[in-house]
Amino acid sequence: MTSKSLSDDKPVAVIGAGNFGSTVANLLALNRKVLLYARDQKVIDRIRTTREHRGRRMHDNIEPTNDMAFVADSCDVIFPIVPSEHFRSMMRHLSPHLHPYHILIHGTKGLDITLPPGQTVESVRKLDRSQVKTMSEVIREESVAVRVGCLAGPNLSRELDAGQPAATVVASHFNEVVNIGKRLLRNDRFQVYGNNDMVGVELAGVLKNVIAIAAGALSGMGYGENAKGLLISRGMVEMIYLGRALGGNTTAFLGVAGVGDLVTTCSSSLSRNYTIGYRLAQGETLKDILASTDEVAEGINTVRIAKKCADHYKVRAPITSKLYQVLFEDLTVKQALNYLMRYPLNVDIDFL
Amino acid sequence: MEVVEKKNKNKQYKPILDSIPDWPVYQLSKNRKEFIEEVAKRSFAHVKELRPTTKQLTDELETTVYREQQRIKRNRWRVDPADEGRFWATVKEELVALAGKSAEETQTKADELLMRISLRYASEIAGNFKPSSYRVTREIVKFWFARLLNGSRVKKFGAFFRSRYTLRDKIHIVGKVKQLRALATQGTVIMVPTHFSNLDSILIGWVIHSLGLPAFIYGAGLNLFNIKIFAYFMNSLGAYKVDRRKKNLPYLETLKTYSTLAIQKGAHSLFFPGGTRSRSGMLEKQLKLGLLSSTIEAQRTLYKETPPNEEVRKIFIVPVTLNYHFVLEAPDLIDDYLSVKGQERYLPEQDKYGSWQLIQFLFKFFTKGSNISVSIGRALDVMGNYVDDTGNSLDAQGRVIATRDYFLTNGVVTIDKQREDEYTRMLSQKIVMEYHRINRVFASHLVAFVAFELWQRKHPKLDLFGLLRLPEEDEVISYEEFREACKRVRKQIYRMKENGKVYHATHLKGKIDLVIRHGLDNVGIFHLKRPLLMNKEGNIITKDFNTLYYYHNRLVGYDLEKFI
Repeated sequence: MTSKSLSDDKPVAVIGAGNFGSTVANLLALNRKVLLYARDQKVIDRIRTTREHRGRRMHDNIEPTNDMAFVADSCDVIFPIVPSEHFRSMMRHLSPHLHPYHILIHGTKGLDITLPPGQTVESVRKLDRSQVKTMSEVIREESVAVRVGCLAGPNLSRELDAGQPAATVVASHFNEVVNIGKRLLRNDRFQVYGNNDMVGVELAGVLKNVIAIAAGALSGMGYGENAKGLLISRGMVEMIYLGRALGGNTTAFLGVAGVGDLVTTCSSSLSRNYTIGYRLAQGETLKDILASTDEVAEGINTVRIAKKCADHYKVRAPITSKLYQVLFEDLTVKQALNYLMRYPLNVDIDFL
Repeated sequence: MEVVEKKNKNKQYKPILDSIPDWPVYQLSKNRKEFIEEVAKRSFAHVKELRPTTKQLTDELETTVYREQQRIKRNRWRVDPADEGRFWATVKEELVALAGKSAEETQTKADELLMRISLRYASEIAGNFKPSSYRVTREIVKFWFARLLNGSRVKKFGAFFRSRYTLRDKIHIVGKVKQLRALATQGTVIMVPTHFSNLDSILIGWVIHSLGLPAFIYGAGLNLFNIKIFAYFMNSLGAYKVDRRKKNLPYLETLKTYSTLAIQKGAHSLFFPGGTRSRSGMLEKQLKLGLLSSTIEAQRTLYKETPPNEEVRKIFIVPVTLNYHFVLEAPDLIDDYLSVKGQERYLPEQDKYGSWQLIQFLFKFFTKGSNISVSIGRALDVMGNYVDDTGNSLDAQGRVIATRDYFLTNGVVTIDKQREDEYTRMLSQKIVMEYHRINRVFASHLVAFVAFELWQRKHPKLDLFGLLRLPEEDEVISYEEFREACKRVRKQIYRMKENGKVYHATHLKGKIDLVIRHGLDNVGIFHLKRPLLMNKEGNIITKDFNTLYYYHNRLVGYDLEKFI
């Protein structure tokens, strides 16, 4: 590999030492020196002394830090991977140190919403694209960085940590960004594809979390593979409708970041969103589930936002809206399923 | 009767550069020959890059010759040089003679032909700025405009020879004038105005002069040079010629190289990024990316090629909107627009106006009360960031950014075509946003918008074309209804102005009845069939739905429809 010559170059940075952030840092560390930004000093100390973090070994090329200015000064390429609800505030901290030459490739699969003070997603009259932003749009709004990309695909952290074969998509309007992403991430067990429909890829990654919760719920009910096949294919159609209403193209949903990621998350008990659906179907309430885990399941928020947007853009999204009722309005999984099975519309494919 | 316009604050601006020999455009024309050669050379190199093999190059040349000969046969203009036919016939002969020659011979000959063509195009395009005729033109224009204005407005014998009224009363220049003047001494200014009328070029020329700026170079459609009066004005003002009939690769490359190189050499430039006049009357939504990309390319080249110890000349983009009550060509423009949109049929650009019609129009225009305003927007760098008065680019938080950083990879300036295409797209979106922001709403725009929307509402079942086919004499809007709708829309315009989303003329304020009156008196004032009138009962009628639709379109894109 070319890792020798690349390691002479500047280091690259990962912002956010969560599960996926740490995994990406490890992947990058195979090719380059990596600065890993974490807010918590204890996390930094622990990584430094034990080289262990969240149950995985951290590569020797990784240097943990909590100095944003240092990160931005040392690196031209930065991978922000923090939960969507903290993304904007993180960008505000980072932004003063950024220059137009910086390249940002984020790996966050969630949406950002801006609401008038005192309002919630539920209370606000309507939710449209002026209030709902993808992470790349947050980066553009909050900083001078223009060369922006995103990372999306079937990338379960634990499998990547174990060195199992996998692939991802780096999407950007700039070929330059796609190429740099490929060069930095690629290794013998990790394939990287490029795509120019950044918003489409982002939306695919975001919306699949909704279907993942539903898939977990189906399994929790004890149903088998027929049901799952049905859900995945219909869920895909729903994602495409919503995705197009929000500004993506159909094709992004048919690739690795779309159907690839969807199948993975809908089949794996390793996925957080899937787990939530599963436990709901087992009779637990959302409150209890959230209280028992410290990890962020982006899907919950996405369901709220996607439902409100579907209402505004008049998109047919039966799975999303039923799931919303299960999560927030005391509909049982069984009732929701009954409704969906009798849903009158049965055109298979009408979007190509 | 006329709603009083706030006293015009415009004052006479001193020229920022004293003598014409300091002007970049003069420098350019003094070294005209060298410049043309450099353009041809660079364009030649570009085409060779795009068509690397001998086969591709000869194919390209054959296409070029074919198209040029077709053009000569079908669509000859008065301005076309007389030797055209012979030139292309020779090129064709030499191309044909290549058949069966060795690859090397063919390549050498093809290169030679391409160079010959590039040179020809470059000198066709090149403008010819002459200080003497610039001065003459300027004085003629000033003198006659002043005479006309006074003769018609001060109704007293002898007023014709006084100078109480000047063009300044007629044309209001508002916006970031000070900044524009400051930046023109520090860098290269690219002025990008909206384009509604053939009059725009003359108007902008006058504006540039009256702001004390040196002449700008600009690409004017070659069709305008068919009209002798225009040809004289434009030649003397530093225009270069753009021939929209020629779509072949060598021509387009030469044209682009010409403007890029001129900008690079520091010549302030003007171009209408919408490409042609807005057919629909809407503010431009889609810009021509080719011309915009030449600004980005020029800036990048400057960053790359300027020696490290010298300061890099920065390029500033200044959006400008021109606001009229009346557009001479409106009926034809909207006709074009509707026939393209309605019947999927394309109508080529034609000019029905000769010198005489133009003089008539100018006379009418300057003798009757129809004001024009020109809004100068805040300057942008080539990436669409706002710049301050000293030329620093600022981010949204007001921090200074280095524009050079946008072109860096690993710390050095790099050439990346795809990246710059993307930057061009971003810049174009930003300019469109700025147009909407600095656009000045006139009373005439307001009344046209409201009236047309009301009619549309009255006939919910008709589509646009159905509505336009309605017999005008049957359609009346009651004044009461009209007045209320105008009030609501005006209120929203006020609100948007507070949020910095649009501007409006001072005459839009005050009693709504007077504002409506002002609007009705002015909208499309010199058309044979007036788009909007008040009938004897005091209600609103139209004589021509098409032009009403045209003037209405000026306010499309602000989401005002829901306030009707």
